Amino acid sequence: MDFIIQQCVNALQWGSFYALIALGYSLVYGVLRLINFAHGDIFMVGAYIAFFVSTFFLSMQIVWPEGVVLAFTVPVTVILTSLVGVTLERVAYRPLRRKGVNRLYVVITALMCGLTLENGNLALLGASRKALPSLLEKQIYDLGGIALTNVKIMVIFTAILVFVMLHLIVTRTKAGMAMRAVSWDPFALPLMGIPMDRIIVFTFILGSGIAGLGGIMFAMSYPVLDPYMGAMTGWKAFIAAVVGGIGEVKGAFVGGFLLAFVEIMVVAFLPSTFRDLFAFSILLLILWKRPTGIFGMPQATKI
Amino acid sequence: MNPGKLWLLPLAAAFLFPAASAGAATPLKIGFPLPLTGEIPKVGESSKYAAEMLREEINAQGGLEVGGVKYPLEFIYEDNESKPESAVSVTLKLINLDEVVALVGPQSSRQAVPAGGEANENKTPMISPWSTNPDTTRDRPWVFRAAFLDPFQAPVAARFAAKQFQAKNAAILFEVSNDYSKGLADFFKLVWEEQGGTVVAMESHGPRDNDFSAQLTKIISFKPDFIFLPENYNFAALIVRQGRELGYKGPFMGSDAWGSAELMELCGDSCKGQYFSTHYAAAGATGATREFIDKYRAKYGYVPDDVAALTWDAVNIILKAIQQGGEVNPDVVKMREIIRANLASISNFEGITGNMRFDEQGDPIKCAVVVRISEAGEFTAVESVCP
Repeated sequence: MDFIIQQCVNALQWGSFYALIALGYSLVYGVLRLINFAHGDIFMVGAYIAFFVSTFFLSMQIVWPEGVVLAFTVPVTVILTSLVGVTLERVAYRPLRRKGVNRLYVVITALMCGLTLENGNLALLGASRKALPSLLEKQIYDLGGIALTNVKIMVIFTAILVFVMLHLIVTRTKAGMAMRAVSWDPFALPLMGIPMDRIIVFTFILGSGIAGLGGIMFAMSYPVLDPYMGAMTGWKAFIAAVVGGIGEVKGAFVGGFLLAFVEIMVVAFLPSTFRDLFAFSILLLILWKRPTGIFGMPQATKI
Repeated sequence: MNPGKLWLLPLAAAFLFPAASAGAATPLKIGFPLPLTGEIPKVGESSKYAAEMLREEINAQGGLEVGGVKYPLEFIYEDNESKPESAVSVTLKLINLDEVVALVGPQSSRQAVPAGGEANENKTPMISPWSTNPDTTRDRPWVFRAAFLDPFQAPVAARFAAKQFQAKNAAILFEVSNDYSKGLADFFKLVWEEQGGTVVAMESHGPRDNDFSAQLTKIISFKPDFIFLPENYNFAALIVRQGRELGYKGPFMGSDAWGSAELMELCGDSCKGQYFSTHYAAAGATGATREFIDKYRAKYGYVPDDVAALTWDAVNIILKAIQQGGEVNPDVVKMREIIRANLASISNFEGITGNMRFDEQGDPIKCAVVVRISEAGEFTAVESVCP
């Protein structure tokens, strides 16, 4: 029994990362109908920004009380990462949107942006890995055979909190209503006097900010950073978003945890070599039964 | 021919016969397909640093003396991105385009096994400094290595673990897509069961995984006496940390791929007190090894890891083979044949990673050391095991 609960805790932690990244995919897709393939790499950039920001604070000749560096690192990283996302939107996606090109080209551009971020990082910082300095004294709790750490608890709560906040923003605020409106009918929207570009920028700020937050949490849990860390995790999170029903905030959240549970449980009860094979076969089955994902609605045009 | 274009002739000659027109001896070209980026970039970096140090030393004396003439050395470094497919393509590029007389690298068996096949087929002598998987050199007369083999390393680790941890039950976690990791895990299991132990859990992970909590939870539930990790240093750092976070208090036993200069930076305090088998121990070295370590540290600012030392030895073995030939044949095909013949005939080589004898497969017979990661983060020798 302990074994299963421990594996559930593992899955909750691992799923939190998928959920945090999948939320960003889903948000941008929901508003722009654009699969932002650079999103996984924005997450990677977030982890690197967290590394630089925290090293910067730690290098100051000040003895910081416990947790203060983390308290500074989180907002600075989130802001800087959302700037990266907004820059991508400005430099790469907006010009294409203005020209009214087919959405396919924007998706390809997103893929290229991702590769640019990866290789730019490689060129700037070199290939050697970075280790995030310890920002929180690690506590290991043993609850009757179940091992928990303070970082794990923080990660899981962050994911839940972010989801709840995002859900409230999308459903209860004017900006959220505008975001839904953009996806509903981007042509009628300007006629209603809603500043479309501002709403899109807001979406990118939200999505990239969450990715940045995910980056910090990831770097704290797995403190070995490399330029390609966002690619694989990002892909899987994208798949999680699709399985959950892309464009739905709820779907991304559930999809992220679902993928992690399947992955972890495959390892728990089958030889670990089958991890990805089984995990993705199960997801294929789900998509086969429900091509629009668990929470997704059928749509006329998708890419 | 139009007489007006006659002036082009010497120019063409200069391009076609660079050797003839240049006054000095042609440089000896050696190719290095190294993992400069990707999964194990530190391995690539320290190999390149060690090779550069040696090249600069020899070129400062005017070059390598072969049969009374000094030939400058030209080392060509290519990035194999720590991937098998890139290792094959850059090896082919070095062989066909750069026309190197010999290859040093790739380092990890994951790249060295496929690249070795290409070198052998294209009849170019290759020596892998770090690869420990038997397949790299097996039935490949053109491929050599400077490291010991996994069938030798596995019993070293197994016997040490049995004695040091008084262990009966072992668990293994390895990378399934890595020839090195998988090969060593299999050998270890074989040896461990032969000496009467039990392997309670054998789990694997993929090449781009970060989270090992599921595998570790499973392993811990079988209550092993120790966990054997034949892993690259980046995974070792993550796995040891996560094992501790999941409440595992027992020891970890590592293999030679732990021995990177970057391990302690990534792993921090969690790895202190763990053991791994490797090629040489920097702490407490003497003689030529000490000299190499001091030179390297003065030049690059950190203690060289085992890859750096093995690369140093591997390049020296190639240079010795070239010198023994007594001549530098301008025909690259012939030169490669000369080098291969001499490599095969070297019976004894005194390197900074110990004495080596070569068997008929081109594998060295040499000693291994087991090191402990001290509280200061240094790799201190605990035991030396010779075949």
